[in-house]
Amino acid sequence: MSGEEFVPLSLTPLLIGTFAAIACALPGNFLVLRKQALIGDAISHVVLPGIVVAFILTGAISTWPMMLGAAGAAILAVIMIEAVRRLGQIEAGAAMGVVFTTMFAAGVLLLEQTDTSSVHLDVEHALYGNLESLIWLDATGWASVLDPEALAGLPPELPRIALTMLGVSLFVWLFWRPLKISTFDEGFARTVGIRTGVLGMALVITAAIAAVAAFDAVGSIIVIAMFICPPAAARMMTNRLETQIGWSVAFAILSAVTGYVLAGYGPLWLGAADAVSAAGMIATMSGLILAGAAIWGPCRTRAGAPSAS
Amino acid sequence: MLSLAAHQGVSIAEQNTEDRPLAIRGLTVSYGQKPAVFSVDMTVQPGAMTAIIGPNGAGKSTLLKAALGIVKPLSGQVSVFGAPLEKQRARIAYVPQRASVDWDFPTRVIDVVLMGLSRQLGLLGRIRGRHMARAMECLNRVGMHDFANRQIGQLSGGQQQRVFLARALAQDADLYLLDEPFAGVDAATEKAIIGVLKSLKQDGKTVVVVHHDLATVTDYFDHVFLINTRKVAEGPVADAFTAETLQSAYGGRLATAQIDQISRALG
Repeated sequence: MSGEEFVPLSLTPLLIGTFAAIACALPGNFLVLRKQALIGDAISHVVLPGIVVAFILTGAISTWPMMLGAAGAAILAVIMIEAVRRLGQIEAGAAMGVVFTTMFAAGVLLLEQTDTSSVHLDVEHALYGNLESLIWLDATGWASVLDPEALAGLPPELPRIALTMLGVSLFVWLFWRPLKISTFDEGFARTVGIRTGVLGMALVITAAIAAVAAFDAVGSIIVIAMFICPPAAARMMTNRLETQIGWSVAFAILSAVTGYVLAGYGPLWLGAADAVSAAGMIATMSGLILAGAAIWGPCRTRAGAPSAS
Repeated sequence: MLSLAAHQGVSIAEQNTEDRPLAIRGLTVSYGQKPAVFSVDMTVQPGAMTAIIGPNGAGKSTLLKAALGIVKPLSGQVSVFGAPLEKQRARIAYVPQRASVDWDFPTRVIDVVLMGLSRQLGLLGRIRGRHMARAMECLNRVGMHDFANRQIGQLSGGQQQRVFLARALAQDADLYLLDEPFAGVDAATEKAIIGVLKSLKQDGKTVVVVHHDLATVTDYFDHVFLINTRKVAEGPVADAFTAETLQSAYGGRLATAQIDQISRALG
């Protein structure tokens, strides 16, 4: 494919898909090790009432109010999950179950009670996003990457998700040591002065921000898949957390690129006329990578499992 | 039970407890309706080895965790070397129960020991040659230097316990708090651990151990602290570790035969 075709039509969706995948996979490593991986799923459900409320308040589908509404709902959910967990003294999974079904139900109820029929706010959009539509029509070829006038026409999702990915990376880099220590041994972490409660909350809020930004661009399917699949596959490739992070980023990029290309061209190669959803295909690829790691990964057996003796 | 505690309390109240390695006053901790630890006072003697003893569910680990700020007490004060806990973090080393962490965590033995240097390294400090040398030296003290690059899940229970002890040694503290370090370990590990703890004592460090094996108390420790939700007795082994105090801490849970055996061992 030539630059004239690739840059306007495929470059931006590819980059957005890749950045979204990385932004979710990075905190996903810690969430999987903390057995909180489903928090990505929870977040993608709980943002619905936030988005609907933002729509009711502004009366239009505009990005910033919806992002703020989604972020507000996500943070509210995180606080509610912690509150239910601590006050009810039940495990995190059960607390998430209670909070996210309640909030998702509230979102559906709000959606049904208000007139949103005129706008594009439906389940399919929420699940799959519309990665393919995030094209860059101002671009004419590779030269446009350096052309300020063409750059002004970039889809706003691209700088937004790029910024989110940078923020998430910065958080993980800056708090690497306390994150690692408190994920492994929370009690010990407290005794060396790490504020584990605050740090755990910051991790979940970071994940929530990544989820909302990715949700806006690519839908919730990718969010759920990328929080779990690349980190879980990466865990089976290595026994070192540092290396695991590297593998998870590599798997996230691989899923995004192969998923996007296969969604666009796979059906054509098979003789079908239409393309399939890129977001769905990216999620599928990450699942296949996870399956591959589970079959062939060098560190897939639980070394810590008690032996038969 | 209370009269014994009061009896022990008199001698402690007379001492100046301000600069003690660990002084706990009126500590109460509750996880639900029922308190796990109720109104406990404890004063740890410097340069000594103290065992915290009591039946299962008596609040031994909870007492230690509250002293370290891991669990939040309902009431009570903790002071470490005469200052609030938060100011003295650098002087405390902690060995949690081995079963409290997931040993499948993707990390190597040496990385766990390096966690003991986290205060020294700070948020972004690079791990340098001297840090690695220090971590290896600590592994050497517990006889685990050959395992530095192993994944922690590949170790036996006793080896894991020794790695935890090496991490505490890396903290280079003045007060060492260990939660059941001898639980489920092999004889060689038990010997290695007690050897290290005795050498810490010789260096003037203070060691507090949550302990469950009554048979080894007189061999290993100088002081005991008996607890069954409330304090039962506290003091030098010869005074506080008696058939009488054990009976009141364990009640019917300790067979008469065991008590007789311990009384005989104590002379």
